[in-house]
Amino acid sequence: MYEYDQTDHTLTRERVIEYRDQVSRRLEGKISEEDFRPLRLKNGLYAQMHAYMLRVAIPYGVISSDQLRMLAHIGQKYDKGYGHFTTRQNLQYNWINLEDTPEILKELSSVEMSAIQTSGNVNRNITSDPYAGVAPDEVLDPRPIAEIIRQFLTLHPEFSWLPRKFKIAVTGADEDRAAIKVHDIGLKIIKSEAGEIGFEVLVGGGLGRSPFIAKTIRGFLPKEDVIRYIQAILRVYNIEGRRDNIYKARIKILVHQLGIKSFAKLVEDEFKASKDDILLVGREEEERISAFFASPDYVKLPIDYIGVVEASTNDNAFAEWLERNVTTHKQAGYAIVNVPLKPLDGVPGDITSDQMDAIARLAEKYSFSEIRATHRQNLVLPDVAKRDLISVWQGLCGINLATANLDRISDIICCPGMDYCSLATTRSIPIAQRLNERFKHLDNILNIGEIHLNISGCINACGHHHVGHMGILGVEKNGEEFYQVTLGGSSSRDAEIGKIIGPAFSSEEIVDAVEKLIGVYISNREVGEQYLDTYRRIGPILFKEALYDAH
Amino acid sequence: MKVHRMSKQLVTANRLHDGAVVYLTINGGWTTNVESGFVSNKKHKDELMVMAKEAVDAQLIIAPYLIDVEVVANSIRPRRFRESIRAKGPTIFSTMED
Repeated sequence: MYEYDQTDHTLTRERVIEYRDQVSRRLEGKISEEDFRPLRLKNGLYAQMHAYMLRVAIPYGVISSDQLRMLAHIGQKYDKGYGHFTTRQNLQYNWINLEDTPEILKELSSVEMSAIQTSGNVNRNITSDPYAGVAPDEVLDPRPIAEIIRQFLTLHPEFSWLPRKFKIAVTGADEDRAAIKVHDIGLKIIKSEAGEIGFEVLVGGGLGRSPFIAKTIRGFLPKEDVIRYIQAILRVYNIEGRRDNIYKARIKILVHQLGIKSFAKLVEDEFKASKDDILLVGREEEERISAFFASPDYVKLPIDYIGVVEASTNDNAFAEWLERNVTTHKQAGYAIVNVPLKPLDGVPGDITSDQMDAIARLAEKYSFSEIRATHRQNLVLPDVAKRDLISVWQGLCGINLATANLDRISDIICCPGMDYCSLATTRSIPIAQRLNERFKHLDNILNIGEIHLNISGCINACGHHHVGHMGILGVEKNGEEFYQVTLGGSSSRDAEIGKIIGPAFSSEEIVDAVEKLIGVYISNREVGEQYLDTYRRIGPILFKEALYDAH
Repeated sequence: MKVHRMSKQLVTANRLHDGAVVYLTINGGWTTNVESGFVSNKKHKDELMVMAKEAVDAQLIIAPYLIDVEVVANSIRPRRFRESIRAKGPTIFSTMED
């Protein structure tokens, strides 16, 4: 993985010194809260309902064992012994003291991590495919370009005051595991008919109160032009973006209002005008960065390991875990192990320091010391030799993280909601917990199969409800919590915004409503269909009838 | 038994050094226990906010504001659900909480 150079080290070191001084002056009363707020936010520190929340960046979701161990240590020493993985592949701490934050940032910098640009109207953490570099369907590893973009947009003076926050996702695979179509810029590495590597560039996607699927602005962009093209998009957005209205300030609104053709013309004009800028990703630099992401030293192994086959025959729990959580690796004899952070008795995305330490150890022993975070709030051990699968499974069982529920109904994306977040208007975590309670046996009995159930506690949509196959949005009505259901969303290659099925349900009703919807799917599914397939085939009418006709 | 309900207010804020939810007490201090907060009539709200402003200036708290509460059987209950959660902490069940 990438290792900091002198510039990165200097930048994070100087930032810690600067921030330490700012915190001291705040505590001494030399800076008002009003003046301090943007300074702490630039370092990822939010004031939430019960405490400060610190958001730590995990660039494109790649973490080393040493880094995860540090995240565990910080959770133990400065928080309540746990952290929370987010849909931007970041980690948040919920119970942080202000005066500890400079020391936390210093400790993070010792393992080449920071909280820079995890807040504010700047480019946020760049997200990517959690299977980057190991996916069999990959055209090219997206991590090097993600790192180059990270460096380009870190503290970039021209793009430090954008109209609103900005999010970029990159994938190098055919299957979209990075939700690129709901990002401000989505980049997909593709190969032209002539065999040339480049990018499909998408723009103007996003969720929140006005959800949009991104539109293709360039079908094929030569690889070396990508930084200059991103610059062109950001320049147009910087000038034309709606700074007059915070709710209309994201690039998706600009793209929507201008139309993709007009927006593209502005970008292409800017792109041409900047042709002499020294922003080509030169081959030498690309090779230098790419070298950090070279494949580890795989050994030659048989395609299957007989011990694993035998164990899966003898142990149902292992067989189920193998089938659901373990995925095909590009390298023969290796596997990708998904670690859903969704134990049925837990909180989606939460992980204790002890669990982090244990996963760091497992990665060190069995996955070349590397871990990935996913936008579905899970972790991945990307490089596990098949002969080690039993040991990894046993290790995960020991920390309650071997639940075989990847992409199942209990693999819920869930924002912190009103239990933690100042912006939320309703709670989301208790809904996820009640759904888990309801479905913990039903999932197996009904064999519900693949479904993405996403929950947001307010219209800001941090729980990605719009793109859940089934989405739940909490809305407050006269001081009470209600939950609106959307159906048919997707964040994958076939991305779609879900449609609201009807009037919202009370907190008491929502779990029953979800069960009724699952019932309609089970009654109508055809062989080989998953929930989304059935919904797309039969449409919303039967689902709607099941929910509302008895009322 | 007849429950005596009175519409009242108290001042809440977050403590500067750790962000904890706090309430203004009768002697001008700050407590994390809503039951120890100083409940007052709405007509005193300006004086309460002056006291809160002094605490802001003294780097004790941030973002003070008034909340509506009702006093039921000598117990202080925030009227808004959100304020109940602020008063009691997250409602989730988790083995990770203290």
